[in-house]
Amino acid sequence: MKLRGQVWKYGDNVDTDAIIPARFLNLSTPGELAPHCMEDVDPSFASTVKSGDVIVAGENFGCGSSREHAPLAIRGAGVSCIVARSFARIFYRNAINVGLPILECPAAAGDAERGHELEVALETGEVRNLTTGRVFQAEGYPPFMMEIIDAGGLVPYTRGRIEAGS
Amino acid sequence: MSHTLAEKLIAAHLPEEREVWPGELVEVMVDLVLSNDITAPIAIREFEKLGVERVFDPERVVMVPDHFAPAKDIESAEQCRAMRQFARRQGMTNYREVGRMGIEHVLLPEQGMVAPGEMIVGADSHTCTYGALGAFATGMGSTDIAVAMATGRIWMRVPETIRIVYHGRLQRWVGGKDLILYTIGQIGVSGARYKAIEFVGPAIESLSMDGRLTMANMAIEAGAKVGLIEVDDTTREYVDGRAMRPYQVYQADADATYAQVIEIDASQIEPQVAFPHLPENARPVSEAGNVPIDQVVIGSCTNGRLDDLRVVDDILGGLQVHPDVRCIIIPGSQQVYLDAMREGLLDDFVEAGAAVSTPTCGPCLGGHMGVLASGERAVSTTNRNFRGRMGHPESEVYLAGPAVAAASAVLGRVAGPQEVMS
Repeated sequence: MKLRGQVWKYGDNVDTDAIIPARFLNLSTPGELAPHCMEDVDPSFASTVKSGDVIVAGENFGCGSSREHAPLAIRGAGVSCIVARSFARIFYRNAINVGLPILECPAAAGDAERGHELEVALETGEVRNLTTGRVFQAEGYPPFMMEIIDAGGLVPYTRGRIEAGS
Repeated sequence: MSHTLAEKLIAAHLPEEREVWPGELVEVMVDLVLSNDITAPIAIREFEKLGVERVFDPERVVMVPDHFAPAKDIESAEQCRAMRQFARRQGMTNYREVGRMGIEHVLLPEQGMVAPGEMIVGADSHTCTYGALGAFATGMGSTDIAVAMATGRIWMRVPETIRIVYHGRLQRWVGGKDLILYTIGQIGVSGARYKAIEFVGPAIESLSMDGRLTMANMAIEAGAKVGLIEVDDTTREYVDGRAMRPYQVYQADADATYAQVIEIDASQIEPQVAFPHLPENARPVSEAGNVPIDQVVIGSCTNGRLDDLRVVDDILGGLQVHPDVRCIIIPGSQQVYLDAMREGLLDDFVEAGAAVSTPTCGPCLGGHMGVLASGERAVSTTNRNFRGRMGHPESEVYLAGPAVAAASAVLGRVAGPQEVMS
């Protein structure tokens, strides 16, 4: 599957309070959370992000809390995937679990700027910056994680295993 | 072959008997699964999609209403209710209601719900707190926790380990919070990303259990999966008589392989303060300069235990909170509240002009009980000072231990205990 969209560029250590401030954690669905996504650091984001757009960031994206509300808010806002130099551990799990594609690719993250057009091939991990014309290769997923992604997230994956009796 | 403590703890929880090595993805059997009023509602929703009726063990699934509880608004009340009803339906014996609860990471060790050698996962990033007991404990999201609630199992990557050795004797007023802030200042907020940390050395051995829980609590603030402290006499004294289950003790092998070994002369560490907007912006409080403040928050899963309140009383007792400061003190559990009351600490706090609250995470994440307005500054014994963490995006949080927080409350600016006590 190829994803294509405009870049929203952020720096290092984008924390989960930045992605979805805690005052909105009395909400829990992607639709309720999306209007507040990135509200305190980029107030224009939620109202102008278009379906398919890509978040590009530096090191340790998603650090801080375990709130799954963070990837849910990003997914709810219509973002098709995140390309970063690196991800915080819990955010990485959460994104895979809720079916939000994320790719570690320092070179692509360094190359892209806000407003650039990116094309991402999830199967191969190829990140193509259509604005600069440069092409990058992201880190692949381990086979086990690929199974979760292919199943559509951890819940369908586990449900399948439970039904199969394993 | 030789292994770190993290590797041994993970290996001990595999369905089959074998060794594990860093980088492997494994499925572990868990001893306890935790969630709270903001993460449980999503976990319950995902649990119900799994096609399973019952949790794997109603004694080993714990939910705590602490973040926005006592309910701060209607939406929070609905979330608390959804969790409460699920707990009742499932016959969960360790659900603790408001009035009998505490901040989860204060409550669970105190009530013996977690013990050395165990594997604990929680839908809260500060689940790593129980590493202080020599347990493998780590935070995950709600979906992971839903699967763990249903199956008693979850996948994880075996982490590399950073060993941090703290030499020397601690200075007066320096505690676990100062050691961990100093450490995060050294290695940065992603310095231990995906890794385990082992905290060792004479300075760690000299810490009380409360001080150790503070250190392990903030391992996540360096990006770590878990922050471990080996079981010793202090641990045994704390755990024996509390632990709900028999426990096993594991130790790192002397010749285990570490990703990194860091040596720190802890005798040189002064009381610390972490400036906005990252916990890694730690510096000695003596170098803070003149930073006037509006609020002080003392409590949280980091510093809401009895030892913390005793330190606060040593400084604040008999003095007055500065006229321009709101000082909010939140004992971390009903038991801490009761103990602090019986010791007379709460009398001293109220007489000093501080507000004392029932246990809640409230102000730490800008929820309730002390949200900051635009431009306001707080000194807080909590664990995060991200932009907007405690309220308005233009507010500022300075992280510190209880001694610095108490001194700052008296002087109305970021201040060290020496300035008040001399």
